[in-house]
Formats: sequence, C-alpha cells, structure tokens
Amino acid sequence: MDKIKRQLTSSSKATRQDRIGKLVAFLCTFLIGLLVVSIFYMVASRGLATFFKDHVSLWDFLSHQNWNPSQVGKDGTPEVGALPMIVGSFSVTVLSAILATPFAVSMALFMTEIAPKRGQKVLQPVIELLVGIPSVVYGFVGLTIVVPVVRALGGGTGFGILSGTLVLFVMVLPTITSMYVDSLRSVPGFYREAALALGATRWQSIYKVILRASVPGLLTAIIFGMARAFGEALAVQMVIGNASLLPHDLISPASTLTSVLTTGIGNTVMGTLPNNALWSLALILLLMSLAFNLLVRVIGSKGRLTK
Amino acid sequence: MNAKRIDKLATAVISLLVGVVVLILLSLIGYILVTGLPHISWHFLTSPSQAFLKGGGIGDQLFNSFYLLVLTLVISFPIALGAGIYLFEYAPKNWVTNTIRVAIEVLSSLPSVVVGLFGFLLFVVEFKLGFSILSGAIALTFFNLPLLTRSIENSLTAVPKLQREAGLALGFSRWQTVLGVIFPEALPGILTAVILSAGRIFGEAAALIYTAGQSAPILNFANWNPFSPTSPLNPMRPAETLAVHIWKINSEGIMPDASAVSAGASAVLIVVVLLFNFSARWLGNRIYRKITASK
Amino acid sequence: MKKYSLTENYIHKFDPNKTTIGLSTEDLQVFYGDYHAMYDGNLQFPKNAITAMIGASGSGKSTFLRCLNRMNDDIATVKGKIVYQGIDINAPEINVYEMRKHVGMVFQRPNPFAKSIFKNIAYPLQKAGIKSKVELKERVEKSLRQAALWEEVKDDLNRSALALSGGQQQRLCIARALAMNPDVLLLDEPASALDPISTGKLEQALFELKNQYMIIMVTHSMQQASRTSDYTAFFHMGHVLEFDRTERIFTKPHIQATEDYISGNFG
Repeated sequence: MDKIKRQLTSSSKATRQDRIGKLVAFLCTFLIGLLVVSIFYMVASRGLATFFKDHVSLWDFLSHQNWNPSQVGKDGTPEVGALPMIVGSFSVTVLSAILATPFAVSMALFMTEIAPKRGQKVLQPVIELLVGIPSVVYGFVGLTIVVPVVRALGGGTGFGILSGTLVLFVMVLPTITSMYVDSLRSVPGFYREAALALGATRWQSIYKVILRASVPGLLTAIIFGMARAFGEALAVQMVIGNASLLPHDLISPASTLTSVLTTGIGNTVMGTLPNNALWSLALILLLMSLAFNLLVRVIGSKGRLTK
Repeated sequence: MNAKRIDKLATAVISLLVGVVVLILLSLIGYILVTGLPHISWHFLTSPSQAFLKGGGIGDQLFNSFYLLVLTLVISFPIALGAGIYLFEYAPKNWVTNTIRVAIEVLSSLPSVVVGLFGFLLFVVEFKLGFSILSGAIALTFFNLPLLTRSIENSLTAVPKLQREAGLALGFSRWQTVLGVIFPEALPGILTAVILSAGRIFGEAAALIYTAGQSAPILNFANWNPFSPTSPLNPMRPAETLAVHIWKINSEGIMPDASAVSAGASAVLIVVVLLFNFSARWLGNRIYRKITASK
Repeated sequence: MKKYSLTENYIHKFDPNKTTIGLSTEDLQVFYGDYHAMYDGNLQFPKNAITAMIGASGSGKSTFLRCLNRMNDDIATVKGKIVYQGIDINAPEINVYEMRKHVGMVFQRPNPFAKSIFKNIAYPLQKAGIKSKVELKERVEKSLRQAALWEEVKDDLNRSALALSGGQQQRLCIARALAMNPDVLLLDEPASALDPISTGKLEQALFELKNQYMIIMVTHSMQQASRTSDYTAFFHMGHVLEFDRTERIFTKPHIQATEDYISGNFG
C-alpha cells in the first residue's frame, strides 16, 4: 500500500524528462520570439538614428527626391530623399501584382473548378518549380532575356520598372496562386452544387458564386504576393538599373528600397549618416512587411465575421 | 451572347492564361538548361573561380553552398523541432502563445535582405565574427526557422490525436509521447519540409551577401583542419556561395565570360534545387508507405 | 424529449465486508469551460468484475470514463475524488504517468502505433524499463494470448500493426494495455468500430480477462452490456441515475428513465 502510494506521488524519470523537455522546447520557441524582437529593435535603433541623431526631418526623408547621402544639398541638409526608392518599390510591387492576378486566378480556377484532377497533377508541380527557382536565377534570366527584349521593344537601356515588374510577375505568381487555391478549396461544395442545380453554367457558378465567396481569400493571396514582391532584393536589383532617380517612365533606370540596400550597405561606414539613412530604408521595409501582415489579419477577421 | 457561349469563352480564356504560365515555366527551365548545361564540365564544377580571366570554375562556391546548407540545417533543425514540439504539445492557449505565433508569422514574411542585414549587424559588426560561414549559417537559420517550425508543427498536428492518447494511456509522459509515438509518424512530413527548406537555403543569396561575404579565398582541399584559414571546413572564413556568385558576376561584370559562367552556375543551381524538390516528394511518399505498410 | 427527474436515482452500495472495491469516485464533477458536463458522480467499482456504463450520446459516460485515468486533464476541469488503493488519484500531486500504468485504457477506435505488432507491445514495456529480451518476448506473447490474438499473429509479429484488420487492431490495443499489467482496464466503446464477428471475439476475450482485471466499459450497445457485464451504470444528462447488478437493471430497474432507455422508449 505504502509502496504504491510512494510510486504514485513521487516524481519519476518520465516526469523529470517531461519537465526538461518542456523547458528546452520552450527555450527554442522563446528564442524565435526574441529574434523577432531583436530584429525590430536593432534595425529600428539604426534606422531612427537618421532622424534623432542626424536630425533629418522625417517628412524630408519621405518626400524629397534627391538621394545622395554623402552630399549636402543647397538648403544645407544632407540629400536623403527616399522618395525615388519608395516610388520604385511600390511601382514594381503593385504592377507585378496587377499583372499576376489574372494569371493566378486562372491557374487556381483551372486547378479547382475546371480540371480538378488533371489540373492539380500538372499545375501543382508547375507552382512548386516556380517557387523553387532561386531569385538570383530569376535575376539572371531577367538580365539576359527580359532586359534586352524591353530594350528592343521600348528603347532605352532596357533596365527599369518594366523589367523589374516582369521578373517579379513570375516570382509572385506561384505565391498568389497557391494561396488562392487554398481559399477556393475552402468554399463549401454545396455552393457549386446549388448553383449548378439551378441551371447555371460552370462559368456562371464560378463568377456569381465561387469568386464572390472567395474575395477575402483572393485579397489575402494578393497581399502575400505583394509582400514577397516588396521584399525581393536581388532579382529586382539586377534588372532595375539602380539609379536613385524618381522614375518618369517604365523603361528608364530606377531603384527600389531593396536594391539600394543591397548595393549600398557595403560601401558606407557604420554609424555615419549615409549608413544610417540606409538603415532607415531597411526600417521602411520592415514596417511595410508588418503592414502587409496586419492587412492580412484584418481581412482574415472580416472574412470570418461574414461567414 | 448566351450563357453557354460565355461559359465556353471564359473556359478558353482561363485555359489560355494557364497555358501561358506553363509555357513561361518550360521556357525558363529550358533556357537555363540549354544555355547552361554545355558549360558544365568536371573542370567547371571542381576548379576555383577566376576574377579577370576566362575559364574559371565554381568548385569552391559549390562546396561553400553545400557546407553552408549543412551547417544551417544542423543549427536550425533542433531549434525548429523544439519550437514545433512546444507549440504542438505544451503551449498554453493564451495571449503569450498567440503573440509568439504572430511573431513567427511576421518573421516568415520578413524580406530576406532585412534578415541578412540583421545578421550582418549582429554577427559581423557587433560580435566581430567578420564575414564568415558561421555568420551566414546563422543568418540563414533566422530565415529558415519560421517556415521550418511551422511545417514541423503542422506535420505533428497531422498525426491523428488517437495516437497521442494511445501513448499517454500507456503511461508515457507527454515528452515521450511526442518523441516516441508522434514524431516517428510525422517523420515523412518533417523530412519533406526539411528537404524543401534545403532547396530554399541553397538558392538564397540576399541574406548571405553581407554575412557569409562575397569572396571565396583560395581553399586547400587537402587541409581538413577546421582551424586553418585555408581549410574548407573552417567556419570562420568568408565564403561566397553559388547563388551569391551568380549575383556578383552579373552585377560587377568584370569577368570576361560572366554570362557563360552564370548560365552554367544557374543550371547547376536549378538542377540541385529540382533534385531537392523531387527527392522530397519521393522520400516522403516512400517513408509514408513504409510506415503505413501499404504496398 | 421527455423530462426525467435528475435527482431521483438509485445507486447500489456494496457491503465492504463482502465485496472488494477496486476503484470509487466521490462527487466527481467535470466542467468544459463553463459547461457542466458531469455532476456528482458517486460510483464504486468492484474488483474482478466488468462494469458497463450505458446512456445516450452526450450523457457524460465517456467523459466520466476518461476522468478515471486523468485523460481529461488537458481539456476539462475535474473536481472530486477518485479513490484507488486508498489514494485520491485525482489529486494534483499524483504522478499521472505512473498512475496510468495501474489504470490502462483502450479507446473507441483502434489506435495501434505505426510500428510492428511486436513493437507495439514491446515499445511501451521498454519505456517502462524492461530490458531483458526474453522477458519482453514472454510478455508480448502472454498479453497477445490474453487478448485472444496470439493464434492469428504469432507467425508474423514483425508485420506492421496497421496491416491488421480493425478487430485485430483493437485486440492488439487491448493486449498492449494488458502488457503493462494494469489493475484497472478502461474501455471506451471498444467495439463501436468493429463488425459482429470481431465484436464476438472481443467480448470473449473480455470475459476471460475479468478474473484478473477490473474492467470498466462504456458501450452504446445494450446487448453488449447485458451479455458481458456484471454491473451496469445508467447515465443521463451528466448524472448517474442508476447503478446496480446488470441483471437487475435489465429486468427490473428502479428508475423510470432506465426502464425507458433499455426498452427503447427513451426520449
């Protein structure tokens, strides 16, 4: 009796193991959390130095067009106008998302509504391969094919927003497609059946019922695609021309936040204004990525409410 | 136009757009392989690169890529597994857990260039590790952790709950149940996730430019002492990977046969990544079949 | 649905000098968040007997059973006492992992591990500290015999357990639970996923087991309760309305609700 009592109330190898295991597992999780906090802290502390230490006005930073951090402009303040990069980043992001969406929607509809079995079998690997191709390879192909073609058709050097958009279009396509496929799959089957039973054609059922039911899903997918486009660095940097000028058309050299960062960080000295200004660009990237995340969450919770 | 014709037209338009995408993929891969494969030779794969002369290879870069991949997986897998197990088995349902989940989600969507710059700031600048394989591997770990953690947690969750109950009812602790019962059954999913992440790591360049660096010092493949600066195994040496090499020769362009070398290197990169992709699927299916004994 | 009184009940009490009680509950209550799923469970389970727990879906019988080896810990709040060998095993200081070795459980759907038949039984034994290969073999064989599965699988113990039929898998799960040498065996609708022939074999195995184990079984099937059990408890809306010898329950129940339920006039 006492033996059993002791056995049942004292800790055993299993409980000790469990306690240690739980602790180790928690530490791993905590490490990831800590990592996110430190990324934000460190990038923010460098990026904000431009405004607090070097006293550049935030408004000037966001609205001025001259990016030449090592020079002092006519008005006596350093030339750190990030507008060209901000415009460049948003242009390639929005244009590539607009271009990719009809293709992604078609791909997703083909896989879920038009030829679910065959489409899935053929297009799933297509998506996976497109995701799998490294971004430098996209950049290389962009450099050797897209840029010369743009040059031949549009004139100029061929480098610029159009080339960046075309490269990003292929890169965000699989992201938007696969996320939209998931959301189409979650549209209940009886929606389709109900529509078809009422005598609707397949397109009517898609257009009137399925597309409408999946609008929040499509928006989420597009935002994810935009987040990928906004953060993509090398592929864009290789084809955009890297001129920190406010873009006037789609075929003259421009730059994005990421392209200036990749080329600039190595050429500036830590702690100086030109370097801090680059970290401010990184901070914008970080905040935009957070904003995309937030947007997805807002859409997600709204979508749930209407169900 | 009546509904039937609209239906036909819409189907045709959708099929056309799908066809264009398939065509883009095929020509992409075809182009890379057709322009790249002719450059690939034993010499190309094994000899060091040249900065100003023709005929350089990618031997060191290829080795660096694989070495970095192995190091990254060795560092990131245990952490991702631990975090995956915690979120699956132990995490209480409260705001702390929710916050951590959001943090993981945010980390997975951060641009890799930002993650690389953070690695640069922390390891190269603050800890003074310099451009090194170790700094690169840790930066890639940051970039790899959120996705790998999530896939591991998903694979664990996909194992039927009944299995967990079976383990617990036999007097297993939660830890023993996860490790001894659930983990083996989740293994196909976890392996697939690891191999797919390997493909991602292998092709990543933006996070490496300022961590592992852009130079490939001469390596002496007869020297396996990890503390010697010319040893390939030395984790403290700078190391340009294949992906970074492609980026570098295309943006600096002082190498006379840059486009030939990048075509060859791109083809190698693609082939390796495709191999990872196919083996992930093949291995996953095979282990799954072996475990469930359905032949 | 007909309203039955939830306070009127008949719970048979045993004479401690005549019957040995293996397990008993005192005021067991279960809450899922705010939802009160089980009220004042006061039951005594005699040793060397099979007790069946019957009642409609959602009556609380499975919830009650899962409390007995603390399988509800993660999902519900369980108040009250569960007394085993004079110890309250529902107390927080109890080492639940050790306790579950005394109180084993088999679930509604067969859940063998994705390992070989042999490993299914040997693995938990190894985890419990048994190293000798000879002993492992002996205990695997003994438990498979007890679960009436040995003759069917003795020639291919290395086959994956997932290749067995549903009925065989369920008996393997019983063998796996028995191999740990528990005192109490909890069965949660063990035959609900099985065909009649497998069910027959399972019941036969249970019948032979009750000499050595105390069995508490939740079942949907009244025939199964009347065929196999010695005692029966009737659950309704989170209350135990009646507990008595099985033959009494099925011939002359004390409570109207029980009578309606067993005669099929319920609800």
